[in-house]
Amino acid sequence: MLPLQHPELINQYILLSALLFCIGALGVLIRRNAIVVLMCIELMLNAVNLLFAAFSSFLGNADGQIFVFFIMVVAAAEAAVGLAILVMVYRNTRSVDISFLDKLKG
Amino acid sequence: MAHMLPLIPAFPLIGFLIVGLFGKNLPKTVTGGIASLAVLASFVVSVLVFGEISSTHHAVESQMFTWLKAGDWNIGFSLMADQLSGWMMLIVTGIGFLIHVYSVGYMHDDEGFHKFFAYLNLFVFSMLLLIMGSNFLILFFGWEGVGLCSYLLIGFWYDNAEYGKAARKAFIMNRVGDLGLLLGIFLMFTQFGSVNFSDVFQPELVASKDPGVITAICLLLFVGAMGKSAQIPLYTWLPDAMAGPTPVSALIHAATMVTAGIYMVVRSNVLYSASPDAMAVVAGVGLATSLFAAVIGLRQNDIKKVLAYSTVSQLGLMFLALGMGAYATAMFHVTTHAFFKALLFLGSGAVIHALHGEQDIRNMGGLRKMLPFTYAIMLIGTLAISGFPLLSGFFSKDEILEQVYLNGGTLLWGISLISALITVTYMSRMLFVAFHGEFRGTHEQAHHLHKPGLSMAVPLGILAVLSVFGGLLNTPHFLHLPSPQWMAEWLKPVLDHAHGAADAHGGGHHDSGLALQLMAVATVLSLAVMGGCWWIYSQKKHLPVSDAAQEGFTKVVAGKFYVDELYDWLFVRPTEYLSRFLHDVYDRLVVDGLVNGLGKGVVALSGQLRKLQTGNIETYLLGMVLGASALLAVLYML
Repeated sequence: MLPLQHPELINQYILLSALLFCIGALGVLIRRNAIVVLMCIELMLNAVNLLFAAFSSFLGNADGQIFVFFIMVVAAAEAAVGLAILVMVYRNTRSVDISFLDKLKG
Repeated sequence: MAHMLPLIPAFPLIGFLIVGLFGKNLPKTVTGGIASLAVLASFVVSVLVFGEISSTHHAVESQMFTWLKAGDWNIGFSLMADQLSGWMMLIVTGIGFLIHVYSVGYMHDDEGFHKFFAYLNLFVFSMLLLIMGSNFLILFFGWEGVGLCSYLLIGFWYDNAEYGKAARKAFIMNRVGDLGLLLGIFLMFTQFGSVNFSDVFQPELVASKDPGVITAICLLLFVGAMGKSAQIPLYTWLPDAMAGPTPVSALIHAATMVTAGIYMVVRSNVLYSASPDAMAVVAGVGLATSLFAAVIGLRQNDIKKVLAYSTVSQLGLMFLALGMGAYATAMFHVTTHAFFKALLFLGSGAVIHALHGEQDIRNMGGLRKMLPFTYAIMLIGTLAISGFPLLSGFFSKDEILEQVYLNGGTLLWGISLISALITVTYMSRMLFVAFHGEFRGTHEQAHHLHKPGLSMAVPLGILAVLSVFGGLLNTPHFLHLPSPQWMAEWLKPVLDHAHGAADAHGGGHHDSGLALQLMAVATVLSLAVMGGCWWIYSQKKHLPVSDAAQEGFTKVVAGKFYVDELYDWLFVRPTEYLSRFLHDVYDRLVVDGLVNGLGKGVVALSGQLRKLQTGNIETYLLGMVLGASALLAVLYML
């Protein structure tokens, strides 16, 4: 693993990751389409992945990249389960709008 | 020999487990056989141990295991057989065995046959622990065990509500006494730092303590004895205990359990001898109980109630002897009383059995010709308890009277003689009314009258022989019978340190002429009273009046001086009122209010809290993100 060519660029990576994460979080909060919400969650995860990769390179340590693989595996599983749930939700409600899912109201 | 000691209580315990667990599926002969054999095995081992003690003159002791341990203080579960407990073991297992055999016949048609024998075995086990324990804690364990068995057996026919109440009465009254015993043991522990007999019963050690404290210990222990041995004021449970099957009355409520109090006092003779005040209380309570119960016995018409009051009265006499310091005399009377009272109870059981449950002597009469064997049994028992010359009761009762005369003076002697004469009166009355005259039962009963079966007759015969010859265990010197004062000699090692005790007549230095005069007076008067009763009840055919026709003092006596009513009014009702008050006010308002209020509060609070659960996913997500941000912000700022 080569060290990062320009160590001073780590700040840009952090900013980019934070930006991506915030976009994802914002999407999760304001979008009602469940598929878009899932995609936004992926975006948040990948923002973190990017940060892991950047720091891994910056510190010359491969641990961060190992974590990235783990997160990818979990994200894939999560997407599979999430989409399966959505399919069932759609079959029952003919909609993927999450604001209809309020059966647990106290 | 010490290693055989645990076997003695172990046999009845094993019998109890087998009969209790599997008895329901076994034939009755097997159940009764196992239970009886268990007690017989105990008896055989007891005889062996007894032989060992009599040849070595040393107590046999067996440490089994550490029972309780707290810091460097521990109580061992250890059994001990010395001259006193060895003798008691023989009485308990010997008479216990006879009564087991008798019960095989008596209870044969009862549904709870196996249950009955399981309880009996458990009783024998507990009683053996009581007398064999080498410290007060094991004694207390056995004490509670026999109380439990007594409760179970009084309420044996529990579908009769009255019997259930009698059982509860016995249990609760005994609890009152047990509290005293327990407090006595606690106080003893604070004083001596131990509850082992060998640590506490050291005359020099006892003499070095504050006499007031010793008196307090003795009196507290005596409260326990009052409960167990039915003395005033805790005697009222014993007559009601006759609700149990008759063999139970014979074994538990006449021959063995009720003498536990006497045993305990004799065991603690070192303490009692150091406290003249406690001795005076013991004597006073004993004398009062003896007289009081005898008077009540005069007007009882239930054959078992007569015997019950007679038991209370005889126990009173024993305590009187204890109060005089005549420990061996008291144990002698315990022994002869066990013989003749077991005989009388079992005999009355044979009568009740023959008459299919009839217990009122006014409905009997003339049984002499119809049940000659039972009549002979009851006659021997009555003569023995009345002190007919040369029967067992003659020697023991006479010795008590003599001791009272020597240590208590003429007045006490006079009162106890009156009590003895009243005993003669009610026993003769019972005998003559039930067995002489004309038969007054129904035609049906007369038709079905039957002799006791073999398993009932044999124990009766053996007990009759013991009742006749039991007095030879401790004959006075001046009669020049073989081995005079055997029992006093036997118990001497246990009582030796009881200085100032009155059992000194082993040496024979007292006035034989005086003793002979006392004996003659008591005997002549007893015989005269018995003759008078014979004249009134047998020749003149005087019958006790029916309950409705009783009036005046007779009614008061027949109503047992209304002591039960007094206790009811003094203790039972106030307790019930208090309970009801606490139920209505404290329980309903305070406790229920608290619990229900708490429940209602939680419901109300959660009604508000559940509004947070909107079901709207976006709200949840927003909350989650805001929460996470807040957490991060806090972490960042720290």
